[in-house]
Amino acid sequence: MKKTLNNFKVGETGIITSIKGEGRIRRRMLDMGLTTGTEVYLRKVAPLGDPIEVTLRGYELSLRKSEAETIELEMKEGD
Amino acid sequence: MKRFALAGNPNSGKTTLFNALTGSNAYVGNWPGVTVEQRKGVYKKKGVEEVEIVDLPGIYSLSPYTPEEVISRNFILDEKPDCIINIVDASNLERNLYLTTQLLEMDVPVIIALNMMDIIEKRGDKIDTEAIERKLGVQVVPISASRDKGLEDLMQYAIATAHGERKGKTVLENESGEMVKGATKIYEKAGVENPMFHAVKALEKDEIELKIHEDLVKEVLNKYEDHKKPFDELSADGRYNFITKEVSIYDSASRRAQKAKLTGSDKIDKILTHRWLGLPLFFLVLLVVFALTFSEDLFFLNRWFGVEFEHASFAGTMFEGLIWTEEGINSPGVILANFVNAFNGVGDFTEDVAWGGIMVSINSWVEPLKEVPGWDWFPGFVNTIFADGVFAVIGFLPQIAVLFLFFSILEDCGYMARVAFIFDRIFRKMGLSGRALIPMIMGFGCSVPAMINTRTLNTDNERISTIRVIPFFTCGAKAEMLSAIAGVLAINFGLNAVAVSYGFYVGGMFVAVLAVILMHWTTLREKVPPFIMELPSYHFPSPKATAIHLWDKIKHYVEKAATIIVIAALLIWLFTHLSFTQGWIKEAAFEENALEAYHNSVLGQVGYVVSYIFTPVGFGAQTAEGWAYTVATLTGLVAKEVVPGTISVLASGDIEAFVQASGITLGGFFGFITFSLFTIPCFAAIGAAKGELKKGTLWKTICFWLGSGYVMGALVYVTVDYVWSLAITLPLIIGVYVLAYFYNKKKTAQERELEKAKEEIIESL
Repeated sequence: MKKTLNNFKVGETGIITSIKGEGRIRRRMLDMGLTTGTEVYLRKVAPLGDPIEVTLRGYELSLRKSEAETIELEMKEGD
Repeated sequence: MKRFALAGNPNSGKTTLFNALTGSNAYVGNWPGVTVEQRKGVYKKKGVEEVEIVDLPGIYSLSPYTPEEVISRNFILDEKPDCIINIVDASNLERNLYLTTQLLEMDVPVIIALNMMDIIEKRGDKIDTEAIERKLGVQVVPISASRDKGLEDLMQYAIATAHGERKGKTVLENESGEMVKGATKIYEKAGVENPMFHAVKALEKDEIELKIHEDLVKEVLNKYEDHKKPFDELSADGRYNFITKEVSIYDSASRRAQKAKLTGSDKIDKILTHRWLGLPLFFLVLLVVFALTFSEDLFFLNRWFGVEFEHASFAGTMFEGLIWTEEGINSPGVILANFVNAFNGVGDFTEDVAWGGIMVSINSWVEPLKEVPGWDWFPGFVNTIFADGVFAVIGFLPQIAVLFLFFSILEDCGYMARVAFIFDRIFRKMGLSGRALIPMIMGFGCSVPAMINTRTLNTDNERISTIRVIPFFTCGAKAEMLSAIAGVLAINFGLNAVAVSYGFYVGGMFVAVLAVILMHWTTLREKVPPFIMELPSYHFPSPKATAIHLWDKIKHYVEKAATIIVIAALLIWLFTHLSFTQGWIKEAAFEENALEAYHNSVLGQVGYVVSYIFTPVGFGAQTAEGWAYTVATLTGLVAKEVVPGTISVLASGDIEAFVQASGITLGGFFGFITFSLFTIPCFAAIGAAKGELKKGTLWKTICFWLGSGYVMGALVYVTVDYVWSLAITLPLIIGVYVLAYFYNKKKTAQERELEKAKEEIIESL
């Protein structure tokens, strides 16, 4: 099942299938390692519901839901 | 002397390594034109040649995303360091090596310092450094910067590396690798230095590259256009694939195990970023920090629990009240400040003890000169330079240092990143990121460290608007001013002074929010900065790094503030002693009738003229002594503690009677306070802002403060004295915001179209 990162729940894992986004922000996400095929785990959500914190490539990254919306992932089942 | 550049990700231990290599001879400044810290130092070791080391800002990539990235890339391209020491955090190998793969594309000798190997060993992991060396073609030296391990080896290898040359090499393979090789040939033919680096940037359609080599970029893109995937995605994929496939220590199984396990950081975060507890806990942490820095009744032990003292500590000595008073126990910050001030002999000290501090000694040496004709001015002059100038700066230091210390610890341990994470949602609405909350809150303590802290903010506009509203957060000196006039509020106007002070605190924050929004809509327009940020794991800050951090900041403050405050004190002294009509005012005249002597001085006369400007603020032509309030306001621009001091001198000690006699209205008095609270906080703050802003922006900011004080003062004056005026002012304010709102909407639409057009041009290349 495919869905964008902003719709993930805490504890869910997925594999990136595409990065939409535009310009500098997309470039930044690529630089930080959010590339196709990368496994991403939603670790937590800030107290006010946004931003979110994810684990990828062995480190923690926080980003806003508006940025997470541009990342599409294939949900990993039973994880 | 050879020059090495230190490059690496933020939080990779780069600063620790820099400090360990250069020791105490580091020099901190700003990069020309931008407010990013520039640190330089020299590596000295017996029997080894001296090397200059430049600490490049921490970066994740060489894209032109942040000013730091542009600085680092320009430094390497233009200044051509003899060697790049690329520090790599071994516990976070994948993302750290991404930058390495970009650095390797430049024609510069590179050596990798593999840091935090101790953590890897503790984890039971192993890294095959030889494999990395083989794959990347550069030397890898394992080190532990925090434990001073491997540093001599590192420098020895680095010096050897620096004597050779290196050609750029890419890790990209297949399709993207072919593209890079082809594009590099085009750049080589054109005779460009660092051809491979520029070629990669051309393929990425990099903004800066497009500006400097427009023709070459077009040539490259003409040849290598029309791929399913954009090159920037191909290259990011390619780099990360190379790293995971060839050199990474993690396999997916070990990573899954790691994820399932709650790390120490997770456990702490469970509480600190908890849904309900996160916000209250932040305010609790703040309260503790401020209590430890400023409280004279630590943790309200006296007020709430009745921990009482009959006598002040050290009663009857120059250190009276050092540790506790009848009010309660002092905080460490206050104890330090008391100690320094007692030693200097400024503030509350007993004059009849044998040695009452340096100031008393100085005064007693110069006192006899009062009787010498032609030298009677000298004692007052000396007193001004030392008491109002030098010792005022030194007197501020202890509490500023303590506040700095706490915030450095919170920063270094990783908590501040979480604060930004928690508050981003709210601050985004105002056009800022969550990070901006920290300097604003520091403003309650002192504007100076708060403004220096704005360095950590992402964009110039974010920094400017934050610096501008920091003075609206009532600082320690303003609190002192409010408490000094508490008597006037209670006796002359029958008001509850605590409630009024509280009102000013809350009002200040409210105005700050409104001002930030207005600037975001009009003069400081920019897209809300994105928030893609690494959350480092919590760790104990190293005492050495914290000490160096603290020392840098204190040095910065003293250099900026000391000169400004001493000069200002001197000028005030000069202009209160000069008179347009009588030439030089004799010291005896001040002792006879201070009010009249000051009135005759240049400052008094100027105050008299300027006071008409303050008529709309309520303390100008309406009151008999408008000039006195004006002089107090003007001297208050130097430091807010001076305001009650000046009034007290002019009133010969009885402020309440003076205010009564001057016939000032309640609105006028409020206007007087409001102006001081919303204008230039002090000269020290101007000094700090000067260090953080460009010159033109600094002048605009000073004008902004003068304007905000004036407008707020006038508003408060007319509202208090003539409530009906709200019928005019309120619609006016709302009108301004409505106009600004629509202006912003229209501009945003225009900008969006412009950007679209720009992107289309880049796409069409």
